[in-house]
Amino acid sequence: MNAAEIRKQFPILDQEVNGHPLVYLDSAATSQKPLAVIEAVERYYKMDNSNVHRGVHTLGSRATDAYEGAREKVARFLNAPSASQIIFTRGTTTAINLVASSYARSVCKEGDEIVITPMEHHSNLIPWQQAAKATGATLKYIPLQEDGSIALKDAEATITPNTKMVAMTYVSNVLGIINPVREIIKLAHRHGAKVLLDGAQSTPHMAVDVSELDCDFYAFSGHKMCAPTGIGALYGKRELLEQMEPIEFGGEMIDFVELYDSTWKELPWKFEGGTPIIADAIGLGAAIDFLTEIGMDRIEQHEKQIAAYAMENMAKIEGLTIYGPRRDRAGLVTFNLDDVHPHDVATVLDSEGIAVRAGHHCCQPLMRWLNVSATARASFYLYNTEEDVDKLVAALTKTKEYFGHAIG
Amino acid sequence: MQLDELYRQVIMDHYKTPRNRGMLDGEAVSVQLNNPTCGDRIELQMFIEDGKVKQARFEGEGCSISMSSASMMTDAIKGKTLEEALKLAEQFSQMMQGQEHEEFEYEDMEALSGVTKFPARIKCATLAWNALRKGIVQSKHELDGGSNES
Repeated sequence: MNAAEIRKQFPILDQEVNGHPLVYLDSAATSQKPLAVIEAVERYYKMDNSNVHRGVHTLGSRATDAYEGAREKVARFLNAPSASQIIFTRGTTTAINLVASSYARSVCKEGDEIVITPMEHHSNLIPWQQAAKATGATLKYIPLQEDGSIALKDAEATITPNTKMVAMTYVSNVLGIINPVREIIKLAHRHGAKVLLDGAQSTPHMAVDVSELDCDFYAFSGHKMCAPTGIGALYGKRELLEQMEPIEFGGEMIDFVELYDSTWKELPWKFEGGTPIIADAIGLGAAIDFLTEIGMDRIEQHEKQIAAYAMENMAKIEGLTIYGPRRDRAGLVTFNLDDVHPHDVATVLDSEGIAVRAGHHCCQPLMRWLNVSATARASFYLYNTEEDVDKLVAALTKTKEYFGHAIG
Repeated sequence: MQLDELYRQVIMDHYKTPRNRGMLDGEAVSVQLNNPTCGDRIELQMFIEDGKVKQARFEGEGCSISMSSASMMTDAIKGKTLEEALKLAEQFSQMMQGQEHEEFEYEDMEALSGVTKFPARIKCATLAWNALRKGIVQSKHELDGGSNES
């Protein structure tokens, strides 16, 4: 894969920030958008803008075809059995909230268990806290190993016949860990529990096959995979989605309305209240075409190489701590420099045109587990190169010198 | 982008050797505040007597800007009446917004004016001052015979 060529398709990367060429290393927060996606959204607004599933006029048909076409693309991208099992949402958070508010609250009762992990992003933690509080179910955590990973024996000890839901991230946005989800899904199913995977950090970076994984629900966001913000999707097994009640009412999800009762449309529309997120769904479809053409396996391979190169060179910086396991990880490196707060690291890097994330990464329990208040994170995507890593390493060395001198 | 405009020597000095760090013994108004977007955290304690801040101390975790700002703030409000402390908070807020402001009697604080060139860091500098405002509201509430709950 030629990252330098791919880079040219991202107009935003061709700029200077604070007098230096931009090095964007914050794709785990949100990725940049290729021209193909920007143009797809622009084309919709310029040529096809219309509401979907309503008008019988030509623009309405074009908009509907493009919107439902995007759903088909998502279904193929995840290898879902049918597009009717793909529900467009605002993103991962909304998708998880839908499952926690609708499915989990209808099946869980006192004495039941909901199992998650301490490495979850807040959006895959708080909805379950709330569902547990509302139903009287117990929220349980699979403990982490010393390097932050999950051992199957701990999962086996935590998931019991009382477990109704297991919700976990496929890839950690802080530790870069790729969780053993296949084994945990099998284990959960043996106990009759359903499994939701938070795919926010996996979908953009590797081939995902929900049929092969056999997960019950899978949530992801478009904006981390080259698509616009405000669009994502939930995949669910058909019988579960059919059993679930909508949580938003009105607009597009309505079938028949009587004065005192109403009925809902069939899947997937029963979960898509109001006017849907049309343009951005079309943008997501364009992003999927873009990524598919390059090939998810090649993207994964490229990122692994960049991350390995980064780990190797960052580890040479004295006083730099890298969090998470050393091997078999996704394309991001979370770290801290001794005696320099990550905000200060991020500000110095920014002055060199390098964008990284600093803070708790919406993982406050994990920060406490790591015994830090915040960390810095460099995350890579298909447009990053080894040269970007070289610039990062040079700037980190400079940061160390700058603060070493300033703090004395 | 001149880093030295942000990380002035006086700021680094407060970061390295913070004034008034550690907690007070005995009765004091205590306020905890965090910056939920980044995880910075401060606990401010003020011993208030006759409407004046007799002592101010802090504990916390955060970057050089938030911690040096807390160090300066606790120094600056000592001996001031609550009204004077609030006025300082207002002055600081004006400085952070890049507006004209009266010069600070406590000179070190002028060093933080460089933060205005780094908009992403303004929240770091204002954390301690927001804790101060909250603490003053709380102390007035307590004086008015309200409960201790904040």
